[in-house]
Amino acid sequence: MNQQTMAEKIMSRLAARPVRAGEFVELGPDWTFSLDDGIGLVDRYFRLHGIDRLAAPDKIAVFYDHFAPADTPQHAMVQRLGRQLCERFGIRRLHDVGAGISHQIAVETGLVKPGQMVTNTDSHTLTVGAVGAIGCGIGVAEMAWLWAYGQLWFQVPSSQRIALEGRLAPGVSAKDLVLSVICRLSVRGAQYSSVEYHGPALATLSIAERMTLCNMGVEMGAKFAVVPGDQVTRAHYAGLGIEVGEMPSPDSGAHYAEEHRFDLGGIEPMVSAPSKVDNVHPVSSKAGVQIHQAFIGTCTNGRFEDFEIAARVLAGRRVAEGVRLVVTPASREVYLRAIQSGALQTLIEAGATVTTPGCGACAGLHQGVLAADEVCISSSSRNFIGRMGNRDASIYLASPATVAASALAGRISDPREVLAGSGAFSIVNTSALPR
Amino acid sequence: MRLDGKATLLGDDIDTDVIFPGRYLAVLDPRDQSRHLFEPLGELLRQRAIAGALLVAGWNFGCGSSREHAVTAMIGGGIRLVVARSFARIYFRNAINNGLAVVSCSAAVDLISEGDQVEVDLARGQVWTPRGEVAFEPLPPELLRILAAGGLWASRQKTGEAA
Repeated sequence: MNQQTMAEKIMSRLAARPVRAGEFVELGPDWTFSLDDGIGLVDRYFRLHGIDRLAAPDKIAVFYDHFAPADTPQHAMVQRLGRQLCERFGIRRLHDVGAGISHQIAVETGLVKPGQMVTNTDSHTLTVGAVGAIGCGIGVAEMAWLWAYGQLWFQVPSSQRIALEGRLAPGVSAKDLVLSVICRLSVRGAQYSSVEYHGPALATLSIAERMTLCNMGVEMGAKFAVVPGDQVTRAHYAGLGIEVGEMPSPDSGAHYAEEHRFDLGGIEPMVSAPSKVDNVHPVSSKAGVQIHQAFIGTCTNGRFEDFEIAARVLAGRRVAEGVRLVVTPASREVYLRAIQSGALQTLIEAGATVTTPGCGACAGLHQGVLAADEVCISSSSRNFIGRMGNRDASIYLASPATVAASALAGRISDPREVLAGSGAFSIVNTSALPR
Repeated sequence: MRLDGKATLLGDDIDTDVIFPGRYLAVLDPRDQSRHLFEPLGELLRQRAIAGALLVAGWNFGCGSSREHAVTAMIGGGIRLVVARSFARIYFRNAINNGLAVVSCSAAVDLISEGDQVEVDLARGQVWTPRGEVAFEPLPPELLRILAAGGLWASRQKTGEAA
């Protein structure tokens, strides 16, 4: 019996035969998701090729997250085409304007289960690795094909094993950890790979933190990033009232192309400076850079826990003169929880603008586009040239705590200074789980 | 399957936001999409790339978003071939499945200068440049078949089967 990685194990189940890294296989993933930014093209492929039935409507969900609510007549038309398509083909799972980001909904509602494979027309689909699933982005032509025919070619990726030890210090988050990983491996250090996270430190990382960790796997070129299911995973589903059976784990003799080790205790707040994600530095070395916008949101860091820590930084304070703080919950559920906890009130009192759940300003489409020569510090995952709608603006990536501390100071700042001053460390609970 | 073109050179880690900005995602026709190709890098580059029909890039070409517009905008403008040291995985998939030829060959990139006339035989795995020829590992036959047909959907039309 071959000793298998997570990717090999899950893809073997779907291919109905043992598969190994490097092989090309035909398979039908457990989930095939599409979004408002691609649904118009799905409609176009179906019309061009006369598709009148779907292979498996129950494996489909559609999420309106990239430009919701619509900000241009063209975006409104694409969303309308998508609604009509769902109606025409009997697609029941349409998460319309205001529901939030696909990856967030897939995890927080328990839609995606451990051991499943998810495809989605979104590069950050690796996020579902937080619950022991494998997820990858694909294009719209192939998604339309999957909807119509149910099977598509995939290559089984080789795997890298990243062992996590120790514990994050107060004021240091999963974002600082993943930026440290990307710093060491580079933006192409995991190209075509499945990144498996292992090690004793995982027991200290919540589902929300694991989502941040897996989410940015794509920024090192990975196909999947996955945390094998454990007690934290089980507790997540138990909290949702969902029974999960056996959760797949890799075999002890599985082959890894590379192995890396990180001590979480040695990690400090980090920023990724313009305009490549692996341009990572300690916050201290960029402290003082003046900012114009601070953005907390996205599939990387727009969760309840992220607004809680930001609220602790900003409680009873105001953002600096000349700084816009834009806050975008990753989902309606996150939005409601952050209202109930008081975190959003704290942020609004500090001067924040709250926008509709979804991808928000991240992709430069709406709700926080930058002007030329402006600097934004963002809890998102990409600082490419032009990413937030202006090729002459600069984007720094950081944790929600660092973004909040920087909004407060009007320049890039280490959140530990503020948190220590407010005594907030005592109430930071890094193991808080999403409900 | 042989293709040729006049090389436009690009660097490492060229991302899809630079290839095709997100604010044009609702533009569905490839010919219309091609008007926004490389917009953040300027109109001159776009014109040169389209006139030459061949891009030559460094490592990790097409990293970032899954938007296939970054592939179809090139096809809409008449670009047929990208030779790079390596491709980001979603871009690679989108290229094959939409009929844009991609060649991963670092040795070829080393030989090519701006404006060079370059020819490629995809099935044989050979690149010809003014400074010599280089071999590369051809794509697996199944992917070559999709590419040669002009993409996933075109391959169905040609063979009459739903792979």
